[in-house]
Amino acid sequence: MDITFENVTYIYQPNSPFEHKALDDVSFHIESGSFVAIIGHTGSGKSTLISHLNGLSVPTEGIVSIGDYHLSKEDKPKNMKELRSRVGVVFQYPEHQLFEETVEKDIAFGPANFDVPQDEIKKRIDAIVPAVGLPTSVLERSPFDLSGGQMRRVAIAGVLAVKPDVLVLDEPTAGLDPRGQKEIMEMFYSLHKEQGLTTVLVTHSMEDAVKYADHVIILNKGSKYMEGKPEEVFTQKESLNQVHLDVPEMVRFINSFKERFGEEITFEKQTIKELAQMIKSVVKGAKV
Amino acid sequence: MNNSLIIGQYVPGTSIVHKLDPRTKITIIFFYVFTVFFANSLPSYGVLVVFALASMLTSRVPIRFIMKGLTPVWFLIIFTFILHLFVTKEGTVIFDVWIFEFYSGGVIQGFAISIRFFLLILVTSLLTLTTTPIEITDAIEDMLRPLNKVKFPVHELALMMSISLRFIPTLMQETDKISRAQASRGVDFRTGPIKDRIKAVVPLLVPLFVSAFKRAEELAMAMEARGYQGGEGRSKLRELKIELRDIMVYLLFACVMAILFLTRTYS
Repeated sequence: MDITFENVTYIYQPNSPFEHKALDDVSFHIESGSFVAIIGHTGSGKSTLISHLNGLSVPTEGIVSIGDYHLSKEDKPKNMKELRSRVGVVFQYPEHQLFEETVEKDIAFGPANFDVPQDEIKKRIDAIVPAVGLPTSVLERSPFDLSGGQMRRVAIAGVLAVKPDVLVLDEPTAGLDPRGQKEIMEMFYSLHKEQGLTTVLVTHSMEDAVKYADHVIILNKGSKYMEGKPEEVFTQKESLNQVHLDVPEMVRFINSFKERFGEEITFEKQTIKELAQMIKSVVKGAKV
Repeated sequence: MNNSLIIGQYVPGTSIVHKLDPRTKITIIFFYVFTVFFANSLPSYGVLVVFALASMLTSRVPIRFIMKGLTPVWFLIIFTFILHLFVTKEGTVIFDVWIFEFYSGGVIQGFAISIRFFLLILVTSLLTLTTTPIEITDAIEDMLRPLNKVKFPVHELALMMSISLRFIPTLMQETDKISRAQASRGVDFRTGPIKDRIKAVVPLLVPLFVSAFKRAEELAMAMEARGYQGGEGRSKLRELKIELRDIMVYLLFACVMAILFLTRTYS
């Protein structure tokens, strides 16, 4: 589903001394099937932005459109539940939302709320549990007996079991060990490819953004600061530093390479292997 | 988020009302609340109203914000007023409608009680609006210190109070977060039959309790790791100190009391 923000402003606790503008005139368009990374410093409005994607927040001004659903102050869709079944949100530390007696019941909770028939739920659970990297033996256990990493996977499975068209991920790998982080991101990415999902990833990690996203939106203090392809956005070191963000490691490497050897290499989201190949050809041609 | 109830919400500021020693504020409010019930003449009410409005204005908390916060109380005030109108049968009959007769005493009594109510709520909410919960507990701990002599655990009580106050916003945030997460999973907290709505609370309460217990355990551990061992011999980061302004305010308040008791009618 296409996602469009048109001049969206969101104010917390309006008309009180605690009034706070979390989003200020934000506009952008996300095409159906793309993988978008939203990046920003703490307090830049990322979490507020994603809460608009399934109608948890309704803009104070402006319009948010998700497919055929339109959210504005004057016009809230009556079928909010339907919207929520099509937009799955994995919140920060999603393991805090677990509550059922068994893992199986917890994963089934979402789809059951959206009236998915029992046998279909069973089928989905059987497919999803191995996909998120859990052994089927956990199904009968209490989610509170699992390790933090496993709890996270259960919570993610609970969101995926609804089979949303749009997947919103709010720092899904925060607090996991490096290997778990990689596994989970790879899992999301392959799901994105296989099922043609529209994925919105909120992250602090430039590396993840470079690796997976095909569109990047940078927020600063509630406003859109930059937007574009990762290879365009991430090469603008000065602008990024101004909002306390850093360029990805690979760009840093290419920059120092240029300083040291005076040779240009353009950053085009290449893998480490491809970069090594390019360096090889550049260095071979030059005198070292 | 429910923000219509402001009692307990602190609005930061630098006014003299904010800067007063919390013990001064609590003492004055205690006596104020006490004397509100002694007022019985127009001038004595006038003195009390002027004092309350003056403190409200000097606190520089937006008036609109205070009034909005008092909305739930308006209902109570109007209710008591109407009750007095019907029930009190003193003075002369002013007018009558159908079988009801309204007496002048009822109107006066109704006004008096409403004003008392209004003043009580206004000054007490002014206390919490201009004083942080930590300051209030510090002050209470200090004022209850004499009870230590009878082996009353004053410090522990104050600690319990400040910890629970400290965690109210945290738990509110947590509730908000979890209810958003569950709403995204299709829980409907707002519509549907009562039975379903009660059921919808379970996915909210279980995670909330789990995290509250976890938090309590972590806090206990962190306190112990830093050698916490109770109030004995413990020094304070924020020492409460009576300043010149506190004395001035006490004097001012004494004058207000004096005027009040002078203008009160004795019969």
